[in-house]
Amino acid sequence: MTAAALDDVDLQAYFDATIAAGHRIEPRDWMPDGYRFGLIRQIAQHAHSEIIGMQPEGDWLLAAPSLRRKAILLAKVQDEAGHGMYLYSAAETLGADRADLTDKLIERRQKYSSIFNYPSLTYADVGVIGWLVDGAAICNQVPLCRSSYGPYARAMIRVCKEESFHQRQGYELLMTMMGGTDAQRAMVQDAVDRWWWPSLMMFGPPDDDSPNSAQSMAWGIKRHSNDELRQRYVDMSVPQAEFLGVTLPDPELSLDPETGHYRFGAIDWAEFQRVIGGHGPCNDERIARRRAARDDNAWVTEAATAYAEKYS
Amino acid sequence: MHEETVYDALDQAHGGEGHWAFGTGFDDPLAGVDTTVPDGVDPADLGTYCLMLGDDALVLAPRLTRWVTRAPELEEEVALANVALDLLGQARLLLARAGSVGVLGRSRTLAGGTIPDEDALAYFRDPDEFRCAALVVAPNGDFAQTLVRLLAAATWRLALFSRLRDSRDPVLAAIAAKGVNELAYHRDHAGRWVLRLGDGTAESHRRAQAGVDAVWPLLADLFTATDVEARLTAAGVAVDPATVRDEVRAVLDEVLTRATLRLPDWPADVAPSGRLGRHGPELPALLGDLQGLARAHPEATW
Repeated sequence: MTAAALDDVDLQAYFDATIAAGHRIEPRDWMPDGYRFGLIRQIAQHAHSEIIGMQPEGDWLLAAPSLRRKAILLAKVQDEAGHGMYLYSAAETLGADRADLTDKLIERRQKYSSIFNYPSLTYADVGVIGWLVDGAAICNQVPLCRSSYGPYARAMIRVCKEESFHQRQGYELLMTMMGGTDAQRAMVQDAVDRWWWPSLMMFGPPDDDSPNSAQSMAWGIKRHSNDELRQRYVDMSVPQAEFLGVTLPDPELSLDPETGHYRFGAIDWAEFQRVIGGHGPCNDERIARRRAARDDNAWVTEAATAYAEKYS
Repeated sequence: MHEETVYDALDQAHGGEGHWAFGTGFDDPLAGVDTTVPDGVDPADLGTYCLMLGDDALVLAPRLTRWVTRAPELEEEVALANVALDLLGQARLLLARAGSVGVLGRSRTLAGGTIPDEDALAYFRDPDEFRCAALVVAPNGDFAQTLVRLLAAATWRLALFSRLRDSRDPVLAAIAAKGVNELAYHRDHAGRWVLRLGDGTAESHRRAQAGVDAVWPLLADLFTATDVEARLTAAGVAVDPATVRDEVRAVLDEVLTRATLRLPDWPADVAPSGRLGRHGPELPALLGDLQGLARAHPEATW
């Protein structure tokens, strides 16, 4: 055995011991390539989701029906840009490059959450995205505050605080609309009908069909299985829907008295695969927007770079 | 953060202001400020003047917001959203002030009773009731033209607000005192971009110059007082727009010169039009986007 190989064995042992002890891996620590590239994939996908996720709600920035709602929405969409920036920075601590990750998003070589490929058709969608989509994101993300990778875990603490805030704002909008006119109540129910099932898909494929999950769990970059988190989300959302006065569009939804959990109907995984595969209602539009932002404004970035070089 | 607590308070009473982003709570925006109209001031004039300043911000904010999800860098989306949020905050205070002195035009007859004055004014006035200047109404153009326009608008507004801190109307004085810090940042941010673009590459220089050439004619009507402004200036409430011309021109000349851009001829003063409610087709188009949903549901609560 060569000295270099021996070192690798020691480093692997130290890495394994760090993970086993529940301690954090930091950017300068040795880590297996699989851990590094798995994390880059996960963090980039998360960052892309924040950036693409600005669009469905951002489409209502002009039409927001009160100045207070407009300010809330603009601050929220701005937060999402901030989350994207934190997360790209966390990926950069692993050796990735933001511009390269953006290129991969635009060339569809990396994915983002399939939910953002659905359109937002009424202002109630803004509230439902806050309540259900941000709610599902929180379920997914709170455990990541304990991710084994330090920069990601720390970024997630701030992201989760802001997401929690957004969720409250979304729910408060829906409560207000439910106390408004019949047309507003109908808008809320319609939005719930359209977003409920896609929100369940946000937790990813069922556990028996989730190819990267086992290794991610072992490495501490994923803390709970997709199905566990999905169940937790359903259990939380049902009483909230009742309090709000809307019906979740699932006739099979019922409390199992033995387990204390809600049973729910079968998810349309074919639809999930279709949307994640690029054939949802808005995939092309979402990517085209980011492509235009990059390509049509390339001259701005070139100018800023040239100016910085001239005066550095 | 404890996983269990994230959701817990969601369906509890949500009255705590601490839950809300700055400036988006339920508080009366003018709470704690003396809203008495100063002696010798016509409330109709004061309200109209607040609409002029409020509408400039109300209309420029969505122009900037348009760049969110479309900007060259994420950092710039955050920055332009920040500027738009500041302007939106200024607009809300100024429209609320106009409403508080009874200047609501036709809006109050169209808006439902639960709609606050700021929203009645923002959503239920027709274009000819808007008092904004052509400078803020003009479409964005490209990134260079957007930033040149922002530079001009922020420089002009900062010059006005700096002087309005001494207004005899305590509300205007308070709004101006808060606004100057924001506007100084807007001017700085836009000025830095104009430098980078003017003195960056040949392409960015060409675009920045085209932006300047497109924006400069819009400065022509900024410096002539309407009758309302003249009366309020005499009463110590408003600023005579003619008195900020030299400062605005000096700042813009300096930035353009440092950015290696050619200074266009300074436009001759013309009579105000936007301030009197006369606008081109761009304003009705923009207001259609801004107002459509609220107007479709005049009895709704949002």
